[in-house]
Amino acid sequence: MNEDQLRHAVLQALYSIAPEAEDERIDPQTSLRDQLDIDSMDYLNFLVALKNAIGVEIPEADYAQVATLDDCVRYLTARMPQT
Amino acid sequence: MPSLGADMESGTLIEWLVKPGDRVHRGDIVAVVETDKGAIEIEIFEDAIVTELLVMPDTEVAVGTPLARLDAVGEPVQVRPDVAKEPAVVAPERPSKAMPQSVAEPLRTAAEPLRTAAEPLRPAAEPLRPAQSPSNVTRRKISPAARKHAREYGVDLDLVVGTGDGGVVTVVDVEQFAHTTQARPAARTPAPPAEMAARGGAETSPMRRAIATAMSRSKREIPHYYLAHTIDLEPTLVWLERRNAQIPIERRVVHGALLLKAVARAAAENRTLNGYWRDGTFEGRENVDVGVVVSLRGGGLAAPVLRTVAALDIDAAMAALKDATERARRGRLKSSELSGATITVSSLGDTGVESIYPIIHQPQVAIVGFGAVVTRPWVVGGGLHVRRVVTVTLAADHRASDGHDGARFLSAIERLLAKPEAL
Repeated sequence: MNEDQLRHAVLQALYSIAPEAEDERIDPQTSLRDQLDIDSMDYLNFLVALKNAIGVEIPEADYAQVATLDDCVRYLTARMPQT
Repeated sequence: MPSLGADMESGTLIEWLVKPGDRVHRGDIVAVVETDKGAIEIEIFEDAIVTELLVMPDTEVAVGTPLARLDAVGEPVQVRPDVAKEPAVVAPERPSKAMPQSVAEPLRTAAEPLRTAAEPLRPAAEPLRPAQSPSNVTRRKISPAARKHAREYGVDLDLVVGTGDGGVVTVVDVEQFAHTTQARPAARTPAPPAEMAARGGAETSPMRRAIATAMSRSKREIPHYYLAHTIDLEPTLVWLERRNAQIPIERRVVHGALLLKAVARAAAENRTLNGYWRDGTFEGRENVDVGVVVSLRGGGLAAPVLRTVAALDIDAAMAALKDATERARRGRLKSSELSGATITVSSLGDTGVESIYPIIHQPQVAIVGFGAVVTRPWVVGGGLHVRRVVTVTLAADHRASDGHDGARFLSAIERLLAKPEAL
């Protein structure tokens, strides 16, 4: 999976919990939770959707490292299962 | 048409999921009804055979109107999806109250412009069928105070159903009538957020109006008192994070589930906060059924009820919370989930805002608020530390309890949260 595909996968996981986000421009450097008003329950659902899509499980301790879309892609790129 | 909340007067049947001849079992979803709170799935409370559907889809009917005929024991019996069995549901309202509404409705809606072609209003063409006709009440008994009130409010007493002894029209009847006819919204499909925005938010959505009605009434009738307490949540969160780190992501628990459990256990200990205020007396409840306020994307809120929370373990409480939150946001809660809470919890989540002073949901007598978890300097054992803390607030009905009871309740929440492994 290259960076564009990863970004696409992250967005798809986001849309699954915040469908209205599809019509909005997401600022890649602003906190996703602030932008889309995502609470802790939906955030957990987002992470589960991400894990199902790309196989990376983000530990609770790393939440601060995946706050924005760019952070998220960077974090996942570094941890993608090597094929 | 079941009452899906104390403020509900009518609902629109959207869809039947059964047809005549079908066998239904207790708990089956038989129909979908559109209300101020969105689309609600209606459950059946009997094992029976459907013999006749009395209300066709896209029809708005008053609460209490029979929707279908069921054959339970060989002979046809009229059953409506029974919510009256659960005391909390109908609250101080009685089905017969739908009656004056049906009379007032055409007058009011006639004056309201149609919003879109897709949302026809049809009360004028299809009169609601009251459970009890006005002619049943022959001699009207009206208390002097009620007459005075009726003059003040400009209420036509012929339209008010008396609920006092022997059908006497009381002050309360007049007030409720005046209140519902002025404020009650017709059940309509809520406008999608984009449409609302396009109109500049000028038009009030049905859900907004339902919230306005319920909250105004609560603030007017309930003598609220308020307490606040800030709790050191650091040890609890450390325990939870350690637990979450050892299990797959799907089983992770959010701290909100712990707060919910602590409230339920504390309410079980402090009975004066768990139950209903009805007809001038407090009715305590044994079980703690917690209403959880869920904010909906695009505005508004729903408060699905999680049953017997004190008896659930943490994983079960989390699963129940997750399920109810998701379905509330998808707009598919079941009728039985919208009523019967004995206490309510409202959380600000991760907004960064520290405290909330919520309004009690009638006929309950208490609502608990949690602010966001924030990091603060905190004194622990004589030393200054950096800790994550949460402010818990209580709004309670002073008719049912006193500040001392409320303080004991908040202390109990703190004590329970300090031992999360025992929750």
